[in-house]
Amino acid sequence: MARLEKLFSHLENIKEQYFLKNRIAEENRQRENEAAVKIQRRFRGCQVRAYLRHLHKNATLIQKIWRGFTARELFRQRVNTAYFIMKMNFYNKMAVKIQQRWRGYYVRKYVHNYYARKRYLEGVAKKNDLIRRDLEEFAELQKRERERIALEKEEQEKNIQAQRLHFLLSTKQCPGVFNSPFRAEPDEMELRLRRVKPRSAPKERKTPKMTPDLSNLMPNRERLPPIHKKPQGPFRPALEVQQQRLRPLEPSLRVATSITALEEAREELKRQEWRTRVIDQTFLPFSNASQNKRYESLIHTITPFEQVAYGTKHFREEPKECCQGKKPFKTVFTTCHVFDKFGRLYSNAGNIV
Amino acid sequence: MTMSQRQVLQVFETYQKARTQFVQMVAELATRPQNIETLQNAGVMSLLRPLLLDAVPTIQQTAALALGRLANYNDDLAEAVVKGDILPQLVYSLAEQNRFYKKAAAFVLRAVAKHSPELAQAVVDCGALDALVISLEEFDPGVKEAAAWALGNIARHNGKLSQAVVDAGVVPLLVLCIQEPEIALKRVAASALSDIAKHSPELAQTVVDTGAIAHLAQVILNPDAKLKRQVFSALSQIAKHTVDVAEMVVEAEIFPAALACLKDPDEYVRKNVTTLIREITKHTPELSQIIVNVGGVAAVVDYLGDSKGNVRLPGIMMLGYVAAHSENLAMAVIVSKGVPQLAICLEEEQEDHIKAATAWAFGQIGRHTPEHARAVAVVNVFPKLLNLYLDTKSSEDLQVKAKKALKSILQKCTYLPALEPLLYEAPSNILKHVICQFSKVLPHDSKARRLFVTSGGLKKVQEIKAEPGSAIQEYINAINSCYPEEIVRFMHIYLTYKYLQKQHHTKILLKEYSGFNTS
Repeated sequence: MARLEKLFSHLENIKEQYFLKNRIAEENRQRENEAAVKIQRRFRGCQVRAYLRHLHKNATLIQKIWRGFTARELFRQRVNTAYFIMKMNFYNKMAVKIQQRWRGYYVRKYVHNYYARKRYLEGVAKKNDLIRRDLEEFAELQKRERERIALEKEEQEKNIQAQRLHFLLSTKQCPGVFNSPFRAEPDEMELRLRRVKPRSAPKERKTPKMTPDLSNLMPNRERLPPIHKKPQGPFRPALEVQQQRLRPLEPSLRVATSITALEEAREELKRQEWRTRVIDQTFLPFSNASQNKRYESLIHTITPFEQVAYGTKHFREEPKECCQGKKPFKTVFTTCHVFDKFGRLYSNAGNIV
Repeated sequence: MTMSQRQVLQVFETYQKARTQFVQMVAELATRPQNIETLQNAGVMSLLRPLLLDAVPTIQQTAALALGRLANYNDDLAEAVVKGDILPQLVYSLAEQNRFYKKAAAFVLRAVAKHSPELAQAVVDCGALDALVISLEEFDPGVKEAAAWALGNIARHNGKLSQAVVDAGVVPLLVLCIQEPEIALKRVAASALSDIAKHSPELAQTVVDTGAIAHLAQVILNPDAKLKRQVFSALSQIAKHTVDVAEMVVEAEIFPAALACLKDPDEYVRKNVTTLIREITKHTPELSQIIVNVGGVAAVVDYLGDSKGNVRLPGIMMLGYVAAHSENLAMAVIVSKGVPQLAICLEEEQEDHIKAATAWAFGQIGRHTPEHARAVAVVNVFPKLLNLYLDTKSSEDLQVKAKKALKSILQKCTYLPALEPLLYEAPSNILKHVICQFSKVLPHDSKARRLFVTSGGLKKVQEIKAEPGSAIQEYINAINSCYPEEIVRFMHIYLTYKYLQKQHHTKILLKEYSGFNTS
C-alpha cells in the first residue's frame, strides 16, 4: 500500500512527466523521424545496392561466360576459314603448277610442235627432191622419145627419097653421083640406094573420083599423058577402063568373115565375161516389191469429218490398245554411269564455307 | 529421049555446073584473107543466100562452107549473115539434112557467134541451141565436133548466154563427147566446158554435177598437147569459183599426174597446169597443204626457172597464195627454194604487172616471222624493191605493192646486213621501220653494235633529221643509248666537221670555176 500511495503521489508527476515527455518527444518527433528516415534510407540504399551488386555480379558472370563462348565459336570459325584459305592457296599453287605443265605439254605437242614442224619441213624438202628428180627423169624420157620419133621419121623420109632416086644407083660401067671414084668409100646415100627395095605398083585409091579433067590437064606422076586426047573407035573411056582394071577386091560379107567367126565371137564373149564379172551372185530383182505395196489412202478420206477431240476435250494422248499388253522397252546396253558421281566425285574442299 | 528434051535438060545441066563451079571457087577464095574484101564488095552474101536453098545438096554444102569462111573472117560479115536472115534457114536444115551439111551449118553458126555477145545472142534467138543439141547426139564425130565448137563459142561471151546453153541440156552431152576416142572432139568438148564453167559458181557447179571432173581427169594422161591445154583450162575455170568445187577437183586425184605435165614441151600446157594449181591453192590453207605435201611447190619453182615472160605469172601468184595462208606454208615455200627463184624473176622480168606480182609474193612470204624475213633479206631483194617503189616509171599498182611488201617484211626483219643499205636510200616512211628494227636489235647484240659503228651506220643515223617527239626520234634515241656518250658526241662533231669541209671545198671549187670562166 505504500507503494500505491507513492505511486499516487507520483501520478501527477507521471502525468506531468508524461506530458513533458510527450512534448519532448513531440518536439523531437520530427527530428527523430527524419533521423530514422535517414537511417532507414541509408540502410535500404545499402541493401538495394548490395542486392544490385549481387545482381550485377551475376549478370556479368553470365555475360562473361556467354561472351567467351560465342567468341570462341567465332574464333574457331576464323581459324577454320584461315585454314581453308591456306589450303586453297596451296591447292591453287599446285593446280597452277599442274596447269603450267599441262599447257606447256599441250602447246608443245599439238599447237606448235617444233620437232614435228621440223620433221614436216624436212619431209617437204625430201618430197620436193623426189618430185624434182622424177620430173626430170620424165622430161628426159619424153625428150628421148621425141628425138627417137624424129630420127625414125627422118630415116623414113630418106628411104622414100632413095626410093624415088633409084635411078641414081651406080652401075659397074658408070659410077653414080653419090659414088664418086675419088672418094674412099661410097656416100651414105649410095648405100641407102643399094639397100632400099624398089617401090611396088602404085596403090590406087579405093574410090577414085570421077573428075574427067584431071587426066588431060595434070598427068599423074606415075602415068604419062595419053597419046590421043580422044581414043579412036568405040572404046570405053580410058579412065573407066583403068578404074575397072585396078578396082580392088570388094569381098562380100560372107566371104570376108572367117569360117570360125562364130566360135571366135563366142570365145570373145566368154573372155569379156570373165574379165568384167566382179560379182558372182546373180542379181535377183525384188520381185515381191510390188506385191506388198500397201495402198496409202488420202488423209481426207481416212480421217472422220468431225471436230477433233484432241485440243478441245483432252490434251494428252490416251493410251492405245495396241500397246497395252506389251512390255516396255528393254535396253540393249547397260546404262552408262556418266552422271552418277556428279557432284560427289571430288572432296568438299571446294565448297565455300 | 527426043532432041528438044535433051536440049532442055542440057540447059539445066549447064546451069547446075555453073552454080557448082561458082560456089566452089568462092569457097576456095574465101580461104585467103586478101580476097574477102573484094568478095564482100562484090556482094557475095546476097548471091550465096539463095544457093543455100538449092536443090543439089553439094551446092548447099559448099555454099554453107563458103558462108562460114566469110563470117569467120570479121564481124561485119557475120552481122551481114545475121541481117540477111540466113540463120533460121540454117537452123532448120540442121535438123533435117545429112551430116556434111550439118557440119557446114554448125561451122557458120560458130563463125557468127564467135565475134561478139550480140551476135551470139542473135544465134541463140533463132533457136540454134536446140538444133545444135540434136546435132550433138549424132553419131558422126565431125558433126559433134562442129556442134560442140559452136556451143562453146556461144557460151564464151557472158554468163547469160552460158546459162542459156546449159538450160538447153548441153552439158551431159559434152561430157559424153569427152569420152569419145577422137582427139579433136575431146579438145573441142573440153574447151566448150571450160567456156561454160568460167562465168559463175552456179555454172561451174552444174558442170561438176554431171560428173565432168572425173572424165576430164582421165584425159590428162593423153599425149596430145592441145587437148591437155583445154583440159587444164577447163579444170582451172571450174576450180576457181568456190572451195567445194576446188576440193572436188583435188579429190579426182589429178595430182601428181598433173605435175608431170609441168614438164610438157608445150608452153601453154604448162601455163594452164600452173593456173589450175594457183586456183586450187588460193581458197584455203588445207588445199594449199595438199599441194605442198604432194610436191607441187618444187614443181612450180622449177617451172618458173624453165619459162620466161608472161607465162610465169600464174606460178608467181601461186607461190604468193601458198605463203599467204600460214607461216608453215610460207616456210615450206622457202624450203623448196622458192625465194631465190622469185628473186631471179624479179630481176629478169620487165613487165610491170609481173614485177608487182613478184613483189606481192615476197611480201606474203616474208611477213610472218623473223626467220621468214631473214630468208627474204638474204637474197638481196630489198634494194630492188626500194628501186621499184621509188622509180617514177613504175605503174601505181607496182609502187603500192612494192611499198606494202617492203613495209610488211621490214617490220619483222632482224637481219642487219640487209637493212644497212636501206639506211642510205630509203624515204622517210620506210626509214622509220628500218630504224625501228635497228633499235630493237642493237640493244641486245654487242657484235652487231660494233659492226654498226664500223660500217658507218651510226654516222648515218645521226644525219637523219627528225622532229623531237616523233617515233623516229624515239628510235634514234634508243639506238644512241646503246652506245657510250662520247661516241655519239664524236659522231656529231665529226659530221659537222665534214659538213664544213664540204662547204669549204665547194667554195674553193666555185671560186676556181668562176675564175676559170672569166679567164
